[in-house]
Amino acid sequence: MSTLTFIIGWPLLAALVLVFVPRTFRPVMRGAAILATFFSAALAVKMFLQFQTAAPDYQFVEQHPWVSALGISYHVGVDGINVGLVLMGAIVAFAAACVSWEIKDREKEFYILLLVMTGGILGAFASLDLFFFYFFHELALVPTFIMIGVWGRGERKNYATFQITLYLSIGALIALIGLIALYLGAGINSFDIPELTRHLAQNPIDEGKQRFIFPLLLFGFGILVSLWPFHTWAPLGYGSAPTATAMLHAGVLKKFGLYALIRVALPMLPVGAHKLMPLAAWLAIGNLVYCSWVAMRQKEFSWLAGYSSVAHMGFVFLGLAALNLIGITGAVVVMIAHGFLAALTFGLAGYLYQYTGTLRIGQFGGLLRRLPFIGTVLIMAAFAGCGLPGFANFAGEVTVFFGAWKAFPALTVFACWGALIIGAVYLLRAVRNILHGPASEKWSSLVDATNPWRKAPFVILVTCLIIFGCFPRLLTDKIKPRAQEIVDALNSSRETVPAKSPVIQAAIKPSKPE
Amino acid sequence: MNPLLLTHEFLIIGLGLGILLADLWIAPANKRKLGYVAAIGVGVVLLYSLFRFNAPPGDQAYAFGKMYVLDGFALFFKRFFLVSALIVLLMSVEFADCIETGIAEYYALILFALAGMLFASSANDFALLFVSLELITVTFYVLTSFQRAQRRSLEAGVKYLIIGALSTCFTVFGIALVYGIAGKMNFGDLALVAPMHHYNQVFLCGLLLVMVGLGFKIAAFPFQIWAPDVYQGAPAPTTAFLAVGSKAAGFVLLLRVLFTAVPSITGRWSNLLIVVSAVTILYGNLCALPQRNLKRLLGYSSIAHAGYMLLGVAALNQAGKSAILYYLSGYLFTVLGAFTVICLVMRHVEGEDIGALAGLNQRSPLLAATMSIAMVSLAGIPPLAGFFGKFLLLKSVIEQAPAHPGYYYLAFVALAGVIISLYYYFGVIRTIYWSENPSDLAPIQASRLTRISIYACVIGMFFIGLFPGPLVNLANAAVKMLH
Repeated sequence: MSTLTFIIGWPLLAALVLVFVPRTFRPVMRGAAILATFFSAALAVKMFLQFQTAAPDYQFVEQHPWVSALGISYHVGVDGINVGLVLMGAIVAFAAACVSWEIKDREKEFYILLLVMTGGILGAFASLDLFFFYFFHELALVPTFIMIGVWGRGERKNYATFQITLYLSIGALIALIGLIALYLGAGINSFDIPELTRHLAQNPIDEGKQRFIFPLLLFGFGILVSLWPFHTWAPLGYGSAPTATAMLHAGVLKKFGLYALIRVALPMLPVGAHKLMPLAAWLAIGNLVYCSWVAMRQKEFSWLAGYSSVAHMGFVFLGLAALNLIGITGAVVVMIAHGFLAALTFGLAGYLYQYTGTLRIGQFGGLLRRLPFIGTVLIMAAFAGCGLPGFANFAGEVTVFFGAWKAFPALTVFACWGALIIGAVYLLRAVRNILHGPASEKWSSLVDATNPWRKAPFVILVTCLIIFGCFPRLLTDKIKPRAQEIVDALNSSRETVPAKSPVIQAAIKPSKPE
Repeated sequence: MNPLLLTHEFLIIGLGLGILLADLWIAPANKRKLGYVAAIGVGVVLLYSLFRFNAPPGDQAYAFGKMYVLDGFALFFKRFFLVSALIVLLMSVEFADCIETGIAEYYALILFALAGMLFASSANDFALLFVSLELITVTFYVLTSFQRAQRRSLEAGVKYLIIGALSTCFTVFGIALVYGIAGKMNFGDLALVAPMHHYNQVFLCGLLLVMVGLGFKIAAFPFQIWAPDVYQGAPAPTTAFLAVGSKAAGFVLLLRVLFTAVPSITGRWSNLLIVVSAVTILYGNLCALPQRNLKRLLGYSSIAHAGYMLLGVAALNQAGKSAILYYLSGYLFTVLGAFTVICLVMRHVEGEDIGALAGLNQRSPLLAATMSIAMVSLAGIPPLAGFFGKFLLLKSVIEQAPAHPGYYYLAFVALAGVIISLYYYFGVIRTIYWSENPSDLAPIQASRLTRISIYACVIGMFFIGLFPGPLVNLANAAVKMLH
């Protein structure tokens, strides 16, 4: 069996075992969750190191037919794009399991759901079959709702559960219609992603259908990724979620929508992508500028982190909308970097909330003296969020801007301004208000994370940010070949686009690369 | 004619008569155990059917002058009905304390209703369609009002009788009109002459009236009005059998009539079917939202599920029909699992409020888990049976969309229904695990056979969801006979 199957299988197996463990065995629950996610993370690291950068095809592949009548098979494998995402997901899952000691009641159910969610997330990123791709995502999504509803915090948690369930279910189901329409449009009775990509490169779906299916995927997945203006579920949802859930969802699961656009929508529906991605670029400005602006006004740290994570999704959309090699490569790097960053931020927010019972920025002040370790990590997270060189976010964001500059120069200027200036303003202001200034007497009893177990999740996440920040080629070299393939598919479709009228033809010609 | 074709029906009717006769000699204290005899009998017939009874060579075999047909489709449904009756019989044994007198008759009536369903799955003629429909409906009149001492049970019986009788009138009238115009009762003959009557209003009207009767059986809008009341009032095993067996019988007849008797006309009814399906889904799901009575909630949810299955009819393609068969199989285990739990938990609770499930995870973890898994499967969440069934139905609908944009709207309505349903299904799960101060914490006992049937339902839900391949192939093969 492939390493990938083990990476997905350990958390799911642990969840199954926990079902039969009596609920009084509390350390067993926590231990099993940490151990299973650790195995997954260790195997993911091993896989990342063994990955052959030069090999053109999918690696660590495993395939078994599941429903042959419909062409569904269990098919997992990694290429340059998802190898980093699987690694990031597994590491964040381990960190999330480590910070879950805040959960004191109904631990059994919590850890089972956490493990199912982890298995679903990793499966979604590893699947090369359209059906399993969706199946695993749904498997991860449902535990999210239950965890927010049961272990969530704040008086608005019921409303938050309701809202996030509604938004994300609608998004997922719209995307499902798009995926089924895509499968039927290809007409080869196969859900296999590599096979569909190959087939559709030769025999593209006709333009009218593409223009219908692509928006279903763009907006269905867009809702999952909190594309402006469908982002309103995110800040409230993350503000109300238990720490581990917020880390896993904001960090990893949310990236699934973007990954689906890269893996499915762009290569399989190139004409639709050319028509609609410019619109996505405009909406990305909504994320980058509007949501950053809103983040500036937030008084709760968790809301600020929520809006900031929504804003960062704008970079990815902008990179994808550029539809060129640099843009797509940058987008994938941002996805991975932001995964670590979002998990780190929500992990810190969870730590503060657990000891202080509040996340109102105005209530804090001078915490750096009481919490030297947590404070330092928070400052590093803020720097990474502003896009300081040395952190992985910088590498991704700057690449995205280079890519986007070619496609939309004016928008890029606007986006740079919005993201980098406003982002720096609200993050640094939050750092000042929380960590610096006069120390309030109220928090004199706060304790820092001294136990290595408590420190571990934060240390791991910061380390990853710095490693990929200093050596972004670890990622970009792997991403490039596949991104090049996607861009080639996009360009070749532009050349062969069936012209409807001379006017369209005239409009297309000048943009052709000479 | 080969009388061996009717083996299933003969055996079940014989078993029913045997139970009635045995009732005369057996001591009252032991009558309850007759249910086990009936269940074992049905199990033997099922095993016989699975291992010794093969689909006749040459695809279709007829009896009674082509009135009765035995093909892969009929056989699929016969086994479906046998499985559901088996679980319902085990459930009734658990429920026996709540029935004052005549428990043996209760078992026998279930068997006679089962015989009606077995005939329905083979009906190839309007006469047999009507007779089997009546055999099912009339036995259910008695089954719904079996708790004679309770007013709500009687009320359910009376409501079912009045509305059922009315819909029977429509059916008979419709059959008369169809026969009057076409001069044929047999589905095969009718298929040949139907194209001549495409524009004959009386003929079409007759067909629509037959649809009314079948719509009543499957509880499709606008003939769903009886379902919540009857589901709520009837004894739990009856409700379970109504939800699974009676509904499936409606679907088997609907598919036969639409796709073997008048396929050419069905093809032109896509708009009607789309509207009925969409409204049924929305009505069932929206009305289920405020319900507090668990059986009533499942009544509305069963309307919604009838709507989902109508998606497959409306799609008018082979994929849709096989998706219905798949969906029904998943639905069988899910609903019977849920009703077994209801039967065990609520047999001594007045009102059957959802609140009675509070603390169930402390009273019996097995029942709590079964109920939750059933709700998750009904909501259509992976990896359970309901998810893949809904996926197949949606796929069949979207397959037709390029030809008729109405199908896209239908798909979106179905999704809206799924999202609405998440709310009330998860409400049930929340009550089980997370309600404050449950009032009753006495452990719940279940007999070994009941536990086995619960395990069977849970395994069924998971197996169908995790390994859909074999069932999909089976369903695809079964619907080959339909056009």
